[in-house]
Amino acid sequence: MTLAAASHGFLSPTGVEIAFLLVGLVTLGAAVVTVTTKQLVHAALWLVVALGGIAVEYLLLTAEFIAWVQVLIYVGSVVVLLLFGLMLTKAPIGRSENADSGNRWAALIVAVASAAALVWVVTDAFRTTWIDLDGAVQGSTEASGRSLFQYWVLPFEALSVLLLAALVGAIVLSRKNDDRERSDGSERPGSGKQSGPREQSGSREQPGSRERPGDRARLREDQG
Amino acid sequence: MHLAYPAVLAVLLFCVGLYGVLARRNAILVLMSVELMLNAVNLNLVAFDVWLRDKLHAGQALTLFTIAVAAAEIGIGLAIVLLVYRNRGSSDVDRLRDLAERPDGSDPDDGSDPNDDTPGRPRPDHRAEAAA
Amino acid sequence: MTTTTTAVLVPLLPFLGALAGLLLGRRAPGFVRPLAILPTVAAAALAVVVAVSQGGGAGAGKAPVDAATRLTPTGSVPIDLALHIDGFAALVAVLVAVVACCVQLYSTGYLRDDPRYPSYAALVSLFTAAMLLVVYSGDLMVLLVGWEIMGICSYFLVGHYWETEAARSASLKAFLVTKLGDVPFLFGIFALAADAGTFRITGILKTVAVGGLDHPTLIALLLLAGVAGKSAQFPLHTWLPDAMAGPTPVSALIHAATMVAAGVYFVARLLPVFAASATAMVVLAVMAAVTMVGSGLAALAQDDIKRVLAYSTVGQLGYMTGALAVGDRGAAVFHLLSHGAFKALLFLAAGVVIHAAGTNSLAAMSRMRGLARRIPDAYWTMTVALLALAAIPPFAGFFSKEAVLGAAEHAATGHPTASGTLAAVPAAAGWTVLLAGLLTALLTAGYAARLWLLAFHGKGPEPAPDHGKQPLVMNTVLWVLFVPTLALGLATPVLPDWFDGRSLTPTLTTSVLGTGVALVGALVTYGAWRHTTALAARVPLGAVAVDPDAAPADSEERAIATHAAAYGDNAGAPDPADPGRLLLGPLHRPAAVGFHLDAVYTALFVRPVRAAARLVRFLDREVVDTYVNGAGTASRWLGAAVRRAQTGNVQTYLGALLAGSFVLAVAVVLVATGTGA
Repeated sequence: MTLAAASHGFLSPTGVEIAFLLVGLVTLGAAVVTVTTKQLVHAALWLVVALGGIAVEYLLLTAEFIAWVQVLIYVGSVVVLLLFGLMLTKAPIGRSENADSGNRWAALIVAVASAAALVWVVTDAFRTTWIDLDGAVQGSTEASGRSLFQYWVLPFEALSVLLLAALVGAIVLSRKNDDRERSDGSERPGSGKQSGPREQSGSREQPGSRERPGDRARLREDQG
Repeated sequence: MHLAYPAVLAVLLFCVGLYGVLARRNAILVLMSVELMLNAVNLNLVAFDVWLRDKLHAGQALTLFTIAVAAAEIGIGLAIVLLVYRNRGSSDVDRLRDLAERPDGSDPDDGSDPNDDTPGRPRPDHRAEAAA
Repeated sequence: MTTTTTAVLVPLLPFLGALAGLLLGRRAPGFVRPLAILPTVAAAALAVVVAVSQGGGAGAGKAPVDAATRLTPTGSVPIDLALHIDGFAALVAVLVAVVACCVQLYSTGYLRDDPRYPSYAALVSLFTAAMLLVVYSGDLMVLLVGWEIMGICSYFLVGHYWETEAARSASLKAFLVTKLGDVPFLFGIFALAADAGTFRITGILKTVAVGGLDHPTLIALLLLAGVAGKSAQFPLHTWLPDAMAGPTPVSALIHAATMVAAGVYFVARLLPVFAASATAMVVLAVMAAVTMVGSGLAALAQDDIKRVLAYSTVGQLGYMTGALAVGDRGAAVFHLLSHGAFKALLFLAAGVVIHAAGTNSLAAMSRMRGLARRIPDAYWTMTVALLALAAIPPFAGFFSKEAVLGAAEHAATGHPTASGTLAAVPAAAGWTVLLAGLLTALLTAGYAARLWLLAFHGKGPEPAPDHGKQPLVMNTVLWVLFVPTLALGLATPVLPDWFDGRSLTPTLTTSVLGTGVALVGALVTYGAWRHTTALAARVPLGAVAVDPDAAPADSEERAIATHAAAYGDNAGAPDPADPGRLLLGPLHRPAAVGFHLDAVYTALFVRPVRAAARLVRFLDREVVDTYVNGAGTASRWLGAAVRRAQTGNVQTYLGALLAGSFVLAVAVVLVATGTGA
C-alpha cells in the first residue's frame, strides 16, 4: 500500500472520491437531522435519506449487491416498520417539544468526544491508505453469491433460523392477549400475563387494576 | 479512494447514532439511532472488505448478516416498544425507571410506573392497585 | 469419732441443711423447719463436744487440734483445707452454734407466716455454716471463703423485707460497705501469705514469732480495713445501724454471733501479726476508742429500739477491739462470748417488744401504759440483759468488761502481764482504751437505762395494745439465753484454761471505777427521765399502724416501713419527752444521724462516683457515640449519594458507560502510543 500512497496525491481527489464525499455529507446531514428533529415522522423520513445515502456509498465502493440489499431491507422494510411503530404508539404528528430527553447535553459531550477520539485514531491510522477500486468489482451479485453460498452457507442457514425465531418472538410479543380466555396462559407466561388497555373485551377475569394504568395514560393523553 | 473517507464517515455516523441513542426520548427514535450505528459499522465492513480484497468476502458476508440481524432486532424491538406502550401508555425511555431505587417507595412519575417489560416477567399488580 | 471428724461436721451440718432447705423448701414445706433446726442443734452439740474434748487448751498444756489436707496446689503458696482448733475457736464455735440454734428456734415463731421462710431459714443456716468455717478454719483462704459467704448472706437476710425501701438500701449498704473493707483485706491476706510463704495460720504465727514479717504495719493496716468493715468499727460501722431493717432474729444473729464477731475473732487469731506493729496497735486503739464513744452518744439519740441496740453492739465491739489493741485476746474473746449471749437475748426480746407494742419507736412506746405487764418474759429477761450490758455486777457483762478494762489498765500502767508474751503494747494505746472504756461505760449505762425506762415504763393515756400471748417458742428462747447472761461470770476462773492462760478476774480499781461510772450514768438518765416524762403526756406522738393480729415479722416490717413516714427519719423522732435529748443537748441531732458520717460518705464517695458515672455516660453518649453515629451517618450519606446515580434512566447509564469506556480507550491509546507521558 505504500506504493499506492506514493501514486495518489492527498489533495488531488479522484471523481469517485468527490462523489463519495458529497454523498457522505448528505448522509451525515440527514443522520444529524434524524437524531435532532422535533418531528418524529420527519425523523423516520430523514432516516430514509441517510440509509439511502449509505446505499449510494456502497455502490461507490463497488459493493452493488450490498447496496441493493440495503435499499430493499432498510429503506423498504425497516423504515416502514418504524413508521408503523410510530403510528401504533400514537406518536404525535408535528413538532413535539420534548422529543429529546434531559441528558441531551451529556449525550452531546459523550458523542462529540467519542467522535473526536475515533476520528483522530482513524485518520492517524489510515492516512496513507488507499483503496484500489480499479480492479475487478468486489461486490457484484455474482461474487457475493458465490462467496456466500460457497463459504458462508452454514452461517447463512443459521441466520435464517435466527430470523424465524425473531419472527415468532415478534408475533408473540405484539399479539393481542385473546388467548387468556381460551387457556390459562400458562404455556406463555410472558404474553399471557400482559394485558393491554385496548382489550376490554378480554379482561373479564381480571378486575380493573390491570387496565387502569393504560386507561389513565390514555386519559392523560386525551387531556394533553 | 482514500480509506479515511469511508472510515471517517462511518465514525461520524456512528457518533451521530450514539448521540441519538443517548438523547432521544421516544423509544422508536432510539431504535432509529441504533440503525444508524449499525449502518456505520456496515459501511466500515464494506470499505475494509474492498480495501483488503478479501477472497472470502468476509466483510460483505458479515454485512449481510448484520443487515439480517438488524432486521430481526428492529422487529423484536418494535414489538417490545409496542408492548411497553400498551402497558404503560408511553414509550418514553427516560420514564421507564423501575430500575431506580426508591427508598420511599413512591412512584417516580405519577402512577404510570415504568417497568422493564421483558416478556417473561410478571407485572407487579400490587403497584397498580396501590396506585389506583 | 475423733475430734477432727467432729470438728469437720460442725460447719458441714448447717451447710448441708442450708442446701437441703434451698432445694426442698418449695416442694416440701413440711421439712423446712426440721431442716433448719436439726442440723444447727446437732452442730451446737458437736461444737460443745469439741470444746469439752479440747477443754483446757493451751493453758492446760493440751495442743490445739491441727488437721489439714492439701486443697489445691497453686504453684506458689498452697491452699490447704485446714482446721486449727484452740480454745478460742472451740468456745466461739459453741457461742455461734448456740446462738444460731436460738435464732432458728425463735424464727419458727417469729416468721411463722412468712412466705419466704424456707429461703430465710436456709440462708440463716448457710450464714451459721460460714461463720463456723471462719472459726474453725486454719487456712486464710478457706477463712476468706466463709468470710465472703457471710457477706452475701447478710445482704440477703438484711434485705429480707425487700418490699420496703429501707431494707433494700440497707442490704445494699451492708454489702457495699463490708466489701469496701474486704478489698484491702484480700490484699492484706496476700501480702501476709507472700511474707510468710503460707496461708496456714500456724505457719504464719510461727513466722511472726521469729520476726519473719517484712511489712508488718502494712499488712496489719490492710487487714484492719477488712476487720473494721465486718466488725462495724469506725469508720466503716455505718452499715450496722441501717441493717436493723432486717428481721429481728437476723439482727440477733449478725450482732451476737456471726458477722460482727468474725472481725474480732480474726484479729484475736492473728493477734501476734498485729502486735508486731506498734502503729497497728495504736490505730486499733484509736479506732476502738472513737467507735466506743461515738456509738454510745449515737445510741442515746436513737428512737428505733433496734437501732439503740445496734449502736450498743458497735460500742461493745469497740470494747473487744480495745482489748485486742492492748494485746489481751483472752479478754476480747471473753467479752465476745458474754456479749454474744446478752446481745442475742436483747435483740430477741426486742423482737417480742416490737410485736407487742406494734411499733419500733421508743417515743411511741413511752406513751403506752403497761407494756411490761403484757410481756413479762421479755420484760424480765431484757432487764437482766440490759444490766449485763451496763456491766452491773454480778451479771456476765460485768466480768467480761472488767477484764477488758483491767487489761487496758495493765497496758497503760505498764504492769507486767501475766503471760508476758505481748509486752510490746504501747502505753498510749492502753490509756486510750482505758479512758474511752470508762466514758463508754457511763454512756452505756445511760442508754441502757433510757431504753428500759422508755420501753417498759411508758406513761400515757393509752394502754398497750393486746396482741395475745407471745409464741411459746420465742419466750423459751429468751429464758435459754437468760442463763448465760446471768451466769457466764461464773466461768471467769475457768476460762483462762482455754485462752492464753492470762487471768480474767476483775481488778479492784477498774471494777470500782467502772461500776461507779455505770451507776452514775444510769442515775443521771433516771433523773432526766423523771424530768422529761411529764412532757410525754402533753405531746401526743407516735402512730401505731400495725394490725394487732399480725404475725411478729409482719408487724416489724410494717413498723420499719412506717417509721420514716411517721417521724420523718429512720433513726430519730422529734420527741421532747426523750431523756436522751435533755442529756445530749446540742449533740442530740448529730448523734441521731450518726454524726453525719453518712453525709461524709456521700460527699466523699457517692457524689464522686455519681459524677464519674455521669462523666462516663457523657463520654459514651456524646463522644463514643458520636464516632459510631458518625460512621453510620457517613455511610448513609455516601449511600444516598451513590443512590442518586441510580436514576433508573437507561440512557444515563449508557452515557456513563460510554463516557467511561471513552476515557479508558483514550488512556489505552495514549499509553500504547507512548505520548501519554
